[in-house]
Amino acid sequence: MSEVHRSKSPMAPPSSFLWSRRVFLTLLTGFVLVPVYVMISSSLKPLADVTGEFRWLPSSLTIRPYIDIWSTIPLARYFANSLIVAGSATVCSVVIAVFAAYAVSRYNFRGKRVFTVTVLSTQMFPGILFLLPLFLIYVNIGDATGIALFGSRGGLILTYLTFSLPFSIWMLIGYFDSVPRDLDEAALVDGCGPLGALFRIVVPAAIPGIVAVAVYAFMTAWGEVLFASVMTNDTTRTLAVGLQGYSTLNNVYWNQIMAASLVVSVPVVAGFLLLQRYLVAGLTAGAVK
Amino acid sequence: MSAIPEGTRETMRSIRAAAIGAVTMSLALAASACGGGSSSGGGSNDSPKTLTYWASNQGASIAVDKKVLQPELDKFEKQTGIKVKVEVVPWSDLLNRILTATTSGQGPDVLNIGNTWSASLQATGALLPWDAKNFAKIGGKDRFVDSALGSTGAEGKDPAAVPLYSMAYALYYNKEIFADAGISKPPATWDELVADGKKIKAKGKSPLGAEGSSLAENIHHVFVFAKQHGADFFTADGKPDFTNDGVVTAVKQYVDLMAKDKVIPTGNAEYAQNQSVSDFAKGKQAMLLWQSAASNLKSQGMSDSSYGIAPVPVQSGTPGTGTQVNSMVAGINLAVFKNTDNLDGATKFVKFMTGDAEQKVLNTAYSSIPPVKAAQTDSTFNSPSNAVLKDTLAKSAAALPQVADESQFETAVGTAVKDLFADAAAGRAVTTDSVKAKLEKAQQQMPAK
Amino acid sequence: MTTTSLKEPLRGSSSGAAAREPRRRRTGRIRRIGLPYLLLLPALLLELLVHLVPMVIGIVMSFKELTQFYIRDWGTAPWSGLGNYKVSVDFDAPVGQALLHSFYVTVGFTLLSVGLCWLIGTAAAVYMQDTFRGRGLLRALFLVPYALPVYTAVITWVFMFQHDNGLVNHVLHDQLHLTGKPSFWLIGDNSFYALLTVSVWKGWPFAFLIVMAGLQNIPRELYEAAALDGAGMWQQIRRITLPSLRPVNQVLVLVLFLWTFNDFNTPFVLFGKAAPEAADLISVHIYQASFVTWNFGTGSAMSVLLLLFLLVVTGVYLVLTSRGRRSADV
Repeated sequence: MSEVHRSKSPMAPPSSFLWSRRVFLTLLTGFVLVPVYVMISSSLKPLADVTGEFRWLPSSLTIRPYIDIWSTIPLARYFANSLIVAGSATVCSVVIAVFAAYAVSRYNFRGKRVFTVTVLSTQMFPGILFLLPLFLIYVNIGDATGIALFGSRGGLILTYLTFSLPFSIWMLIGYFDSVPRDLDEAALVDGCGPLGALFRIVVPAAIPGIVAVAVYAFMTAWGEVLFASVMTNDTTRTLAVGLQGYSTLNNVYWNQIMAASLVVSVPVVAGFLLLQRYLVAGLTAGAVK
Repeated sequence: MSAIPEGTRETMRSIRAAAIGAVTMSLALAASACGGGSSSGGGSNDSPKTLTYWASNQGASIAVDKKVLQPELDKFEKQTGIKVKVEVVPWSDLLNRILTATTSGQGPDVLNIGNTWSASLQATGALLPWDAKNFAKIGGKDRFVDSALGSTGAEGKDPAAVPLYSMAYALYYNKEIFADAGISKPPATWDELVADGKKIKAKGKSPLGAEGSSLAENIHHVFVFAKQHGADFFTADGKPDFTNDGVVTAVKQYVDLMAKDKVIPTGNAEYAQNQSVSDFAKGKQAMLLWQSAASNLKSQGMSDSSYGIAPVPVQSGTPGTGTQVNSMVAGINLAVFKNTDNLDGATKFVKFMTGDAEQKVLNTAYSSIPPVKAAQTDSTFNSPSNAVLKDTLAKSAAALPQVADESQFETAVGTAVKDLFADAAAGRAVTTDSVKAKLEKAQQQMPAK
Repeated sequence: MTTTSLKEPLRGSSSGAAAREPRRRRTGRIRRIGLPYLLLLPALLLELLVHLVPMVIGIVMSFKELTQFYIRDWGTAPWSGLGNYKVSVDFDAPVGQALLHSFYVTVGFTLLSVGLCWLIGTAAAVYMQDTFRGRGLLRALFLVPYALPVYTAVITWVFMFQHDNGLVNHVLHDQLHLTGKPSFWLIGDNSFYALLTVSVWKGWPFAFLIVMAGLQNIPRELYEAAALDGAGMWQQIRRITLPSLRPVNQVLVLVLFLWTFNDFNTPFVLFGKAAPEAADLISVHIYQASFVTWNFGTGSAMSVLLLLFLLVVTGVYLVLTSRGRRSADV
């Protein structure tokens, strides 16, 4: 299938590939963008227009929603809470998952199978059902030790970091598995301890996987609604729940919901843009010689 | 793994011991969680200087609620020296939070509850019952309007909460559309409404709106229709009875407004976020059956001179009691958690909030009607818009069934009506049989008694 | 350097409480035997506290008659044995029938959603492997549905699916004239497709992300060698890319299945408490049977049944895929 008459290298993709890529990516971009366009245009309309007849181009524009969103609910506070909770949960979760995945990937030990299967089985239980028991446990810990876990950011961080652990561990096991063991051996021969091998060889080789898992952990904490709704109070409330405050008894402030969501998503998307290059970080190609 | 040195076995033993310890500790935690922790009898007065209050969202936004409440709470603090920590909980969270508070015993001292939740929450035993003694502390039961008291708990038992704000349904109509269609006065009966609807449709507007996908709205309306047909959803001893003729006729009459009479547009079958109010505010729709819509309409840009308010239609005659009921009693109650650690303070707070002065201030701010008789005499509540609501509450409103299964009832029957509206919208026939079948299914979902 | 460095206390044993590492001089081999357990310990403890113990309590709750009357002190609720289970599994009664129907709908929905998410995500990842202009921007753009708050993303689609004023009907009916009259998407039979669309829109970037990371570990030499052997692009994808992605895909498809099956937020925001029959996903169904109706015993029982089903599915899946993996392993 290589275009012989054009002096392309054999690695160059054929035009069928390029053409199908263009079509596919264009359609996909459209699919992704249309709702985003609806969000943006709704966020610039006065409330009455948002529920009116659909128009591709809004008849009147206003940036009032972007001003109102900060006062209708304490958006800045919720945003800060979400950042703190999601950030801490991500860092802790990734660290713990890296250790656990390294153990499973590199060692054979009794109970390994039990551990991995147990960890996976936690994904099968619907969240609503262990909401109450978890809340009860936190309350009991609070009564017994005085550490307030419900209503505090700490309790939420603990919860979220555990939520993202199973998948993170499973994925990292896979990513670590694909880092050749020869590299570890080489490092150990050179005198690193097993942890040294972890930090100096395995982790750098698995950076794309670790970044992917970190993104997942962050987004899990960022977007979780159910547990946040019962475990936070007004001071510690996160965004995911707080946004529902724009839907009041009488009115749903659609334009403000859209504006607020766009505003809080911009940093997240910017973060993605920055993190991208780690997703395709340097390979270990050539390391084993 | 042959010949493991002594030291290794020790390490493994210690690690195993750690693991066992962790598991045991967790199980112990679980066992202690079994205790629930909330059955510790009545309240106490351990912290007499503070109160935690969960307010519901009644205003245009949570920020507005805080602005309305804070000055009143400051007044209370000046009067009694008790500091009130208020948290305005959005409706989407309120029931969940009450649930976890009930289960764990960790909750507020005082809280707002939707009045339809009263019987269900009463059944949990978490709320302080208002017996004669407690009522005496806040000035006596007689201060409150009877219909509001009817929504505070199961019959025969002490109320589980005290009425705070009351609302009723009314018929809002667009004066311009009515004038244009040649209708001189708002319809007083359903037949008149259907006839008016035809005239309005001839002028290209939609006659009436409905939130077909909102379970609560559906329940509120079919309940009133059932009353108007002399029927009830529950028997005298609290058993569900959704398939009796009166109820079936009532539900069919409501859904027929879309299916047969065509006064409700089919698009409304999917409305659940107050879209019908928007339609009314924009002048697309001539009539609206709603609770206290004034502030909502104002925020959507409709001036209060462009619409009129009339009582909700009846089958025939004028609104009253029995089969002349035309609204359910809507409202918010104020309840005290049994586990409170400031029982006296909580009672004082309830007295304050249901006091004549506060009732006037708060109900004015929230465009609702005070359930306290003395406060109702204030001129604010006798304006044209409020007069209709006040009269309805006093004369022709009835409370939803105060049974412990109220929320199951709302879900089961509300969903049945939602499905019937979906059938109507899709053009499928809505017959007495199909209505009865859906109600039969709903009844079977109620817990067995 | 070797022995001394190994005698240093292990850095990074983050669980201080469990660091019962004896301080005596030991050989490296002994540490290495204890090390995996130590590395696992923080994860294990957290899982116990937050996942496993609550699950056990939840299972215990399923054997009790836990309604609003007993919720205050659930320890004293009467034991109902298998009563809750019998109600759930009695397919002649409406409760059981509704549960079964909801189950079928959820299975169909999950298979379609996961399949589409995986296909689109993998295709996008493969297509975007090579550099081209705007690739970075496009990649960030593709992650936007995943970055948006669930509530907003779903609410936007609710807007778009509205019967009277929605974009979807405007395009399909008013502009393209594909349907005779505007359809209902949020109620009725089409609600299934509406739900599927929203789920795929939100979910495919995640598959994209994971596969993209997985693609990075495929050494370029493999492609180069294959190209020199005369393999075309499509052949390379079939023979190198997909098999190398196998370990990543194995986990990805499984967890996507589990999460989509249990997904609560999407159907809840899209349809509210009562979903139309065509789109009655089991998570909302159980929510209705427990939280909304104060019947936690039955809700727990339904969840346990769900758990058992998913365990079986996972077991079968792992057996099937591991067999393939073992044969492919060297």
